[in-house]
Amino acid sequence: MAEEILEAPNVVEYPFSRTTGPVVGAFLTALREGFVVGIKAADGSVIVPPVEYDPFTAEALTEIVEVADAGEVVSWAWVAEPLADQPLDRPFAWALIKLDGADTPMVHAVDTGGDPAGISTGSRVVARWRPPKPAGSDEPGPGLAEDPNPPRAYREGHILDIECFVPEAS
Amino acid sequence: MTDISLPERLRGAEPVRSIRTFARLEYAYTPGRAASRFLNQVTNKRLVGQRCPVCEKVYVPPRGSCPTDGVPTEDEVELGQSGTIVSFCVVNVPFMANLMEIPYVGALIQLDGADIPIMHLIQEVPYDQVHMGMRVEAVWLPDDEIGPTLESIVHFRPNGEPDAPYESYKDNA
Amino acid sequence: MKMRDVAIVSFAQTHHERATRELNEVEMLMPILSEALAGAGIGKDRVDFVCSGSSDYLAGQPFSFVVTLDAFGPWPPISESHVDMDGAWAVYEAWVKMQLGKVDVALIYAYGKSSPGDIRRVLSRQLDPYYLGPLWVDSVALAALQARAGLDAGAFSVEDMARVAAASRHNAMSNPYAQLSGEVDVADLLAEADFVAPLHKHDCAPVTDGAAVVVLAAGGAARELCDRPAWIRGIDHRIEPHALGARDLTTSVSTRLAAEHAGLGAKPVDVAELHAPFTHQELILRRALGLDEDVSVNPSGGALCANPVMAAGLIRMGEAARRISSGKADRAVAHATSGPCLQQNLLCVLEGD
Repeated sequence: MAEEILEAPNVVEYPFSRTTGPVVGAFLTALREGFVVGIKAADGSVIVPPVEYDPFTAEALTEIVEVADAGEVVSWAWVAEPLADQPLDRPFAWALIKLDGADTPMVHAVDTGGDPAGISTGSRVVARWRPPKPAGSDEPGPGLAEDPNPPRAYREGHILDIECFVPEAS
Repeated sequence: MTDISLPERLRGAEPVRSIRTFARLEYAYTPGRAASRFLNQVTNKRLVGQRCPVCEKVYVPPRGSCPTDGVPTEDEVELGQSGTIVSFCVVNVPFMANLMEIPYVGALIQLDGADIPIMHLIQEVPYDQVHMGMRVEAVWLPDDEIGPTLESIVHFRPNGEPDAPYESYKDNA
Repeated sequence: MKMRDVAIVSFAQTHHERATRELNEVEMLMPILSEALAGAGIGKDRVDFVCSGSSDYLAGQPFSFVVTLDAFGPWPPISESHVDMDGAWAVYEAWVKMQLGKVDVALIYAYGKSSPGDIRRVLSRQLDPYYLGPLWVDSVALAALQARAGLDAGAFSVEDMARVAAASRHNAMSNPYAQLSGEVDVADLLAEADFVAPLHKHDCAPVTDGAAVVVLAAGGAARELCDRPAWIRGIDHRIEPHALGARDLTTSVSTRLAAEHAGLGAKPVDVAELHAPFTHQELILRRALGLDEDVSVNPSGGALCANPVMAAGLIRMGEAARRISSGKADRAVAHATSGPCLQQNLLCVLEGD
């Protein structure tokens, strides 16, 4: 007898809040204020986004420094079909972006208007910022439990305060 | 804590201390052969366990293996619609989205013919009269609402039989 | 300290498939647990320690690793442990425990059922929760960034990558457990559409449901249970920083270090089973290990032909050991990886008598 194999939807939700600590918190605070910071590593190089401990010497790092919101594409990948929850719902690039003043690249999305020819290794990109939150606004913060992917109208202290990067106007 | 030195522009700013990191993952759950067989029988109002060929214990709901012997359990055994309460608790705390009127009783019920109990609700009896050894029977949803889920049994209720002797359920008490 | 000799004495794996909808994890494991024990000619009463590797996120089943113990039968209570890692790390834990002298026979299993969920989204949950997790950047995208970095650096070409795919599928033709196999033409592969460029579909391991079991035995027990045990002569694992930008993605420093500490360079190996879920990662690993041209790499077809997540590294160990026990090889290296872009790597050197 052919056995009917049952199947049921199973949704698992993780409605967590996480404390940031002072280093990640400084990075997210800067994003909310519309700029980017990194941290000075033991060898004097600047790590962006900042990490609490030196990746190579394990020394506690303490010196937060400002870097630019524009930089150079170190590597990139073209996403023809974005997955759910990714920063853009049309074709875009993931990129490792070395911001001016930083020594390590960070991962973010790059919107070229759907054209893969709009990005290449070594090309320049700049952050597209969300607007600051107006005083008295009660827009939901990022990732409220009721909605896994809420509209992020304003900067809240979140990696997606930078909506994405875009090619720098030449 | 280490003192962090901040650039000028951050010194007056109210620091971000936490973020929400909501994640939602969707799965298509398949329970496997043994549980599928069990649940498909539930739609016929039958409760069918599986017997271990080594220790001869009857498991319900079956998972396809004997947790003691680590061998497949393929021998099917139809169980009674009645059973014995081997343990219970009185719930006085309302849970999120729980529609039960409190207090109510959740119990471990050893179905006739089974060697391990299932968990279900006890109703149609005042909560303070529920006791170990009490004989109860399954109350099913109307036929047209029955599906492949243990929720097809609304609850268990006393079936009027005298209490089962302790010996008959002591392994699970 | 005098190290105890520990060997892989038995290995079994499932026929790997895209989806085993009809089986739960217990049902998937039970036949191969029996097969592995039978391969060593023992019952479960001879097993002193059980260690498993799996991730509850794959199928969205919290504490599935506890439920899955029913496949072994943990009663009366057994000595048991679990790693939320590939089963290769469970072997490492068992090996360490065996060095303490109380355990002579250990059983290690690992399983991964990726079919119920979306593996790319699921794996994004292993990333840091502040900078990468909220972007939902997925496993294929991060591998694609790594591949582009390697291509730009001239470390390999897209043709080199396609050749890895073709060779893997060719090798898998002699592996009855593989999910993908066959003769494919490199030019045909390259003519296919991009997936997450620069990666094509053929550069990425398939999505797989599957499981594997190995039996480890120490000293005399190993000789008793196996005619030609695959002795673990060295085993080591190393991890790189989680900050992706701090790493050189075009090389694998952790693999090179683990190989040094496992003593890989002492003598040449006949076989290398490398856990590379992406074609370019096999090229990075080969270079990091300094493998000669005449080493047989992934004769099983590797993870590119069957990739049950959490078991694919353990399978590399089993496949390497199988070739030693059958006399086809005298010395082999097995590799397992974990995390994005080869973040963490385990090396195990195996030898026959």
